[in-house]
Amino acid sequence: MVAQFGLSPPVAGGVQASRRAALFGGLCLCCLPTLGRSAEGFALDEVGPGIFIRRGPDAEATAENADAIANIGFIVGERSVLVTESGGSLADGQWLRAEIRKRTDKPISHVVLTHVHPDHCFGAEAFAADAPVFVGHHALRAALDARGDYYRTRLVELLGADRAGKVVYPTLEVTDGAEVDLGGRTLSFHAHGVAHTNCDLSMRDSASGLLFPADLLFVTRIPSLDGSLLGWLKEADVLKAMGAAQAVPGHGPTRVDFAPAMADLTRYLGTLRDETRKAIAADLPIEKAVATIGQSEARNWALFDLYNGRNVTQAFKELEWE
Amino acid sequence: MGVIPPHLPYQRRHAMKPFATALALSLTIACPTLAFAAGASDTDAERLARWNEIRTSIFGDKAVQPTETLVKVDAPVRALDAALVPITLTMPEPGKVAGVSLVIDDNPSPYAANITFGPAADPSEIKLRVRVNNYTNVHAVVRTKDGGLFETAKFVKASGGCSAPMGMSDEEAMKGMGDMRMKFAEGPHGAKSTEATLMIRHPNFSGMQMNQITRDYTPARYIQKVVVSQGARNILTLDGDISIASNPVINFAFLPEGTAPVTVVASDNQDGRWEHSFPVPSPSN
Repeated sequence: MVAQFGLSPPVAGGVQASRRAALFGGLCLCCLPTLGRSAEGFALDEVGPGIFIRRGPDAEATAENADAIANIGFIVGERSVLVTESGGSLADGQWLRAEIRKRTDKPISHVVLTHVHPDHCFGAEAFAADAPVFVGHHALRAALDARGDYYRTRLVELLGADRAGKVVYPTLEVTDGAEVDLGGRTLSFHAHGVAHTNCDLSMRDSASGLLFPADLLFVTRIPSLDGSLLGWLKEADVLKAMGAAQAVPGHGPTRVDFAPAMADLTRYLGTLRDETRKAIAADLPIEKAVATIGQSEARNWALFDLYNGRNVTQAFKELEWE
Repeated sequence: MGVIPPHLPYQRRHAMKPFATALALSLTIACPTLAFAAGASDTDAERLARWNEIRTSIFGDKAVQPTETLVKVDAPVRALDAALVPITLTMPEPGKVAGVSLVIDDNPSPYAANITFGPAADPSEIKLRVRVNNYTNVHAVVRTKDGGLFETAKFVKASGGCSAPMGMSDEEAMKGMGDMRMKFAEGPHGAKSTEATLMIRHPNFSGMQMNQITRDYTPARYIQKVVVSQGARNILTLDGDISIASNPVINFAFLPEGTAPVTVVASDNQDGRWEHSFPVPSPSN
């Protein structure tokens, strides 16, 4: 009886609240109109020789879009195929696998899990039968342990158990760098410090010179901060030093000029940093800060109102102890 | 007689160490609480029934009157970050207020905080950051100096705040545990009162967060008591629980007197104890 009120710790993974209106890994699922479009409705752009990318819409996950909201695709080498991002659900991953099979029957040797967020890694199960190497950051396993069940529960609520997808762990855990040879082209991986998340993995294709920064580069869609603001600005410099002219961002158009796209991102993050520092110095309380900081950026990003306040909260938490 | 501080019920019920308490409780959770697995769809009647039970468990049979004047709760209608929901309690008649309790009805451990004001307090306003695990009413109950209890509530939409992982290892989260900062500003009543922001470095582990390395739940470790005084005059005493967000930040106002520093003594449920003193800015500033 009393225990009803004393339920302190630990309810084994159980206290998961809500329904569709819940926060989905911090992403609000309920506030946007649905896209009214199935995963099957998307097309793939050939952004480089043998490189096919689907542009994810700047939307939240819904039952209709099957969480197919990230830029996902694949790269074809002489010997095998590498999947650049697995998709946002089993349904999304299955769609991608079917698209691959329309274009090549080469074996799918690698599937990249660029970071822990569900719109990037819940399609992995669709490739299980191919027994590929799942490439991920060395911190991804632990991050999936901490959040995977939570994400899966939300996806199941949204899409149903048969379309959601399971947590798939990396089998190649990249500590600093790694290389994968597909025949005629080599993909070089870089495991980043805490930035967008604590497990961001970027990739460079030797054949096209294209950089795949995943969610270290958002274009058009507002960046979501789930790691470290200062860390992200630092890793932006690491990416710039790689010298790529063009990139395939995690969200936004499938191929962009890298420098101006990254300049837009760092302008937003820099604004967030500077204005949050100023607010903290002026003793502005966090509930006021979320309403004022970064507003000059509102017109520059899709989904700004959904994410900016949350980004400010993250920035505030990080910077108030400086 | 007095109001039970948030953490006491567990200790009384289970005279064991906190860790063991947590485990023992988790065994009892499965059945009775499912009925209380409240959520977005609860009816007003269900919410009222829950509040009545919580109220009785904290305040016993004492009448708790609704009030629109003695206390007001400000909170975002929809939380941006369920693990850090800023709450402001405004008490427009500070002279009448002896203390205030904060209850987050649908949190696993609803009694989030209990604040008792001392003679050096200006109880006009208190700000806290809390975790919200579910769509819930957030209740504030004021205790007046003449022994009355008065409540008000605000509905907050949030989810998963108590179980949200910290995004770092426990060791990182515990770095600098017990460090404190305090900032002073002019208070709500001009020169007479001073506003203070107290920051305490502490993960305030809820016991519902998974350790990223061991893949086990990190045992609850949270700030249980914070005593703030200027010299010998008490400003406030806060009893806290797992619903307080990590790295707690508390805003309050006090009536400075003389040049004695403000002293903060904080302790957690695992025998952590930290004490810091902060010089009060001179009134001429």
